[in-house]
Amino acid sequence: MELNILTLSYLIGSITFILGLKMLSNPASARKGNLVAAGGMAIAILATIFLYEEDGEKLHNYGWIFGGIAVGTLIGFLAAKRVKMTAMPEMVSLFNGMGGACAMLISIVEFNHFYEHLRPFLEIGLTEAESFAFGGETSLQVSGSQMALHLIIILAGLVIGTVSFAGSIIAWGKLNGRVKDFAFRGQHIFNIVLLLIIIGLSVYMVYHTSRFEFPSFYEEESVTANTWLPSSFNYIFYGILVLSALYGIFFVLPIGGADMPVVISLLNSFTGVAAACGGFLYDNKVMLTGGILVGAAGTLLTILMCKAMNRSLANVLIGSFGGGGAKAGGGAAKEQGAYKEISLSDAAVVMTYANKVFIVPGYGLAVAQAQHICHELEKLLESKGVEVKYAIHPVAGRMPGHMNVLLAEADVPYEKLLEMEHANEEFPTTDVVLVLGANDVVNPAAKTDPSSPIYGMPILDVELAKNVIVNKRSMKPGYAGIENDLFFQPRTSMLFGDAKKVLQDLVAEIKNL
Amino acid sequence: MGFLNWITENQQIIYIVVLMIFVGIEIIGRVPSVLHTPLMSGANAIHGVVIIGAIIVMGKAESDNYLALILGFLAVVLGTLNVVGGFVVTDRMLEMFNKKKKKS
Repeated sequence: MELNILTLSYLIGSITFILGLKMLSNPASARKGNLVAAGGMAIAILATIFLYEEDGEKLHNYGWIFGGIAVGTLIGFLAAKRVKMTAMPEMVSLFNGMGGACAMLISIVEFNHFYEHLRPFLEIGLTEAESFAFGGETSLQVSGSQMALHLIIILAGLVIGTVSFAGSIIAWGKLNGRVKDFAFRGQHIFNIVLLLIIIGLSVYMVYHTSRFEFPSFYEEESVTANTWLPSSFNYIFYGILVLSALYGIFFVLPIGGADMPVVISLLNSFTGVAAACGGFLYDNKVMLTGGILVGAAGTLLTILMCKAMNRSLANVLIGSFGGGGAKAGGGAAKEQGAYKEISLSDAAVVMTYANKVFIVPGYGLAVAQAQHICHELEKLLESKGVEVKYAIHPVAGRMPGHMNVLLAEADVPYEKLLEMEHANEEFPTTDVVLVLGANDVVNPAAKTDPSSPIYGMPILDVELAKNVIVNKRSMKPGYAGIENDLFFQPRTSMLFGDAKKVLQDLVAEIKNL
Repeated sequence: MGFLNWITENQQIIYIVVLMIFVGIEIIGRVPSVLHTPLMSGANAIHGVVIIGAIIVMGKAESDNYLALILGFLAVVLGTLNVVGGFVVTDRMLEMFNKKKKKS
């Protein structure tokens, strides 16, 4: 009876996950969808704690379980509630890493169980193995191929979970600036070799396990059967763990910060697959459905994100923006004209007497937390009869939708936010474009320079407007590490400084006019 | 032969995997790019189901197996972080969208 309720709970959990994801992909139902999935998750977790049993035995260690859940809930809830809007992408990455680490730990514990059963049969001589009295433990006497399958799942969970964990931590560090882009020559080859070693070691372990047979000590011919395993068995396992962590780190390190959303989404689907491995291990349907669902949806989402930037996934992963910076910088150095600066009062005048002003927000706006003052500027200009709109590039900021969320926080009306296609239609009739901390999404090299790493990415054609004012902190190239020709064009003028400070001053100037 | 046997023995699981791959791809096929981030975050919370594995590990651990107890406890904490943090962050992101909806 109780087990039936457990099955039912898992079924409910699986259905809510599917429904939740479905609702999350529609703006009107998204928030409800999130709650539906959360509810299903709560049901599945509670049912597991109270109803799960194996070989007729209930779970124990309730103190530890509830303690762990309490600690995790407290930290997770506070961290998620306190995190600033701008830091949400890195928070998602961090939570994703936690999931990967969880899958990794499960694999370690399960391997230890597995290893304990096999320890007497390591390559230490049959005598010791024979001294291992074999009476009664019939449940252990499974065939080598079954054990090999079990080991494959443990290893898959370990490798994928660890890669996801290590990669997510690096992605987190990159987004908050703690980890710098890092690439060395031949890194891709290094990564491939690393991956091959991981696969090779795993195959080695699985192969030996599959040939292994439990000896039956009362029959003479058993001596000829394969009754031993390499003595280094558990060292190999931890070797794979270390190598997987290294792979996760070197996989993410060379990828530029601007591409982190794609990487996080990919790692997200990895963790999904790692969770599904747990589902295999415990024959647990809700883990299996949830994990595979996220694995599949996450992979598609990753591809969709790449499409929004008009790039292929391979291009993002191999592109190594950070490492390519030197190369691209060298290329751009050839024709760096002079840029001109504009004073605050000039900028204020130009904007106040314009008919139509477009604001192009980017990561710089998010970093400076300038969304409220930006909205104030917009209202001020509107009160002076200027038409103000925002042009939102689909991948502006560090995450798709980043700018929408940011501006919504400052109560900027929805209809003022124009998507790229519509904004591009209006730029030719625009008097002033104010670029706030955006760079790569307005870089004309994406259209004109086939050698540019961002070539082919659709951009906002701000250079069509009569005036372009670019607010940046310095002339440093953007996250993709490429120079921006826009800054050197005659219609463009630069307004250096922190976005929030500049906007405050600008608002003050306009008020004084 | 072994492979065919394996398929027969595990057909339930194999069916689930195959169907879920299609479901996963199908349900998010036409998501607007604005929702990419919340959707990713929501999916991130959902793969927190891995916590169930952590609970099972924890609940099965013998009380003298300190390695399993410590690793299991850590796994439960991390899994909970993934679940709770994931859903709360997603909700906060979507809260912004709802506010926007009302205005328009």
